Amino acid sequence: MTKKKFGSLLLIASLVTTLLFSACTTGGGTGSSGGSKGPIKVGVVNNPPSESGYREANVKDMEAVFSAANGYELKTAYSLKNDEQLQAAQGFITEGVDYLLISAAETTGWDEVLKKAKEAGIKVFLFDRMIDVDESLYEAAVVSDMSKEGETAVNWLLAQNLDEYNVIHIQGAMGSDAQIGRTGALDAQFASGKMNKVVQQTATWDEAEAKKIVESVINSGDDFNVIYAENDGMAKGAVAALDEAGISHGINGKVVVMGFDCNKWALRELKAGNWNYDGQCSPFQAQIISDIIQGKKTVTSKKIINEEKGFDAKTLTDDDINTYGLGE
Amino acid sequence: MKDNFRRFFKGGLGQLTIPIIAILFLVGFNLVRDPSFFSIEITQNNNGNMVLAGNLISIINGASELAVLAMGMTLVTAACGGQDISVGAAAAIAGSAFVKILKVSPNITGVTVAAAFLFACVVAMIFGAFNGTLVSVFKIQPMIATLILYTCGRSIAYWINGGATPTVSSPIITAIGGFIPGIPVPTPVLIVITVAIIFVLVFHFTSLELFTQSVGINGSAARLNGINSTFIKLLSFIILGLCVAVAGTIGVSRLGLINHETLLLDIEMDAILAVAIGGNNLGGGKFKISGSIIGAYVIQMLTITLYAMKVPSTDVKAYKAIVIILLVVIGSPVIKSKFQKTVSRVKSNKQRVSMKGAE
Repeated sequence: MTKKKFGSLLLIASLVTTLLFSACTTGGGTGSSGGSKGPIKVGVVNNPPSESGYREANVKDMEAVFSAANGYELKTAYSLKNDEQLQAAQGFITEGVDYLLISAAETTGWDEVLKKAKEAGIKVFLFDRMIDVDESLYEAAVVSDMSKEGETAVNWLLAQNLDEYNVIHIQGAMGSDAQIGRTGALDAQFASGKMNKVVQQTATWDEAEAKKIVESVINSGDDFNVIYAENDGMAKGAVAALDEAGISHGINGKVVVMGFDCNKWALRELKAGNWNYDGQCSPFQAQIISDIIQGKKTVTSKKIINEEKGFDAKTLTDDDINTYGLGE
Repeated sequence: MKDNFRRFFKGGLGQLTIPIIAILFLVGFNLVRDPSFFSIEITQNNNGNMVLAGNLISIINGASELAVLAMGMTLVTAACGGQDISVGAAAAIAGSAFVKILKVSPNITGVTVAAAFLFACVVAMIFGAFNGTLVSVFKIQPMIATLILYTCGRSIAYWINGGATPTVSSPIITAIGGFIPGIPVPTPVLIVITVAIIFVLVFHFTSLELFTQSVGINGSAARLNGINSTFIKLLSFIILGLCVAVAGTIGVSRLGLINHETLLLDIEMDAILAVAIGGNNLGGGKFKISGSIIGAYVIQMLTITLYAMKVPSTDVKAYKAIVIILLVVIGSPVIKSKFQKTVSRVKSNKQRVSMKGAE
């Protein structure tokens, strides 16, 4: 009896895992015939498009560039979790792709998988995010320089010449490249004493959590005049807390609001004067990688940096919103 | 007075003892730490409304989604002796359905918001029925049955709107997630009160409470007594589905934005905890929804207290875990019976002493 129960449980468990896998790997072709004549097989391990407007644009860009029309066969796996990403990468290696493109959830833990890829003769490209591994394990990394994004933002903030800087710093998922880079420049200011850290908390890219953090600062009665949120969503959450407490923000407001990623809706907030600054994070790396694969571009340095801007609400134009804004 | 005291230790408050002690402990802790934690003030928000603000308001407001989900979760727990771990993912689906209707309608009016909410309810009830069917008809362990939706729910939520983090802005949405002009109490709090009243009314005018308990205690005995246990279990999941729709709608309305990956993330664990802290038997049977509601506020109060102490939010979960382990262990049957034994031993000692005194 118990054996039977155990057996049926096992069956369900295996069913669930198959479901899981089929949900993760969309377009996992079964008829993958070997040989060099077929399309170039590209496996992309990425964060899910629903993560952010950035990721949505990034995923769309990947799908457009690595399309069948351009001679590619694209396989994708999306997860916010590092261990699931590692499994997916391992899956692609077993399936036998030609190129493996990775945007890692976390910077650590990738050594083994990349070594296996190298042994299997699969060429690895990193995009969007760096990984803590030896350079020899990948062909090139097409990335945004997140610390430069942080520096651009902090330099802009310093140029505002505020009497004092009391900063609420809302961080992204701890350990992610975006968080480390965007935190670095601000931490340097806290250390030098030029800016005061009112609170520094991670909201793990969660809007609602960001709102709670700002709410707790307002409730504690601490004074602040800058909100530095490491993405647009969290900036929106923070602004919601300000609105509920009746604190003015944006151009001519008490609190300077800063976000990152340049979603279209966020740039519109800038244009309306509700926010002050938005830092760009370019999601368009696919073309550069495709050029390298097809030999149109040679790799001189393994780290290839995407040019990025920062937008000031006072100088933002509608053209900027259309050109650089992500999403709808 | 003495009688009340004795009844209290005998279990006069019954299963509510632990959650009430937990709340009192947290209140006391904060009073010692910083009495201004409890200050409430009226401020004017940026929409020109006079609203209440303060840590207490943050706690009561912030726990709204959790409280609503905990109520539904209690019912499922009582009837099925297991928990639904897909409520967070299902709320993301319901929230997406809500946003979808608002996006397709040309302009957002009271009618479209009502229609969107109804649509979200229907969608969430369908997914609730799906979970419920697996559990009640196919007799699959609730945790395994709901694991399916837990795994794929957020992907489904993504399919509904396609794009990432769609935003909706309208004064009506702001009123649902924030404040109705002229009312200083956050709307989510009013919604929780409404849902709680509905539960009270349903329990008062129907036999749902009794039926749920009897199904949870012994399903086959209940069936022999003419209660359709399959239907009661299914019904509990459908009711939870309604709660999920309410929670999802509140969650979306707070910011006028839906992020399928983070909306009410990990809330299923907090909802189950709320049920446990509320002193309900996770194996089914007798239950008190009021316990779960208090449990939800205990969890939120703990979080806000840690935030007020500027504990790094990465560490918050660890501290929360410590407190929750304590609560659950203190509430466990082993400790309870030990405690009762000690109390009765002390009492009999006293009696002996007083008898000796009489001699």
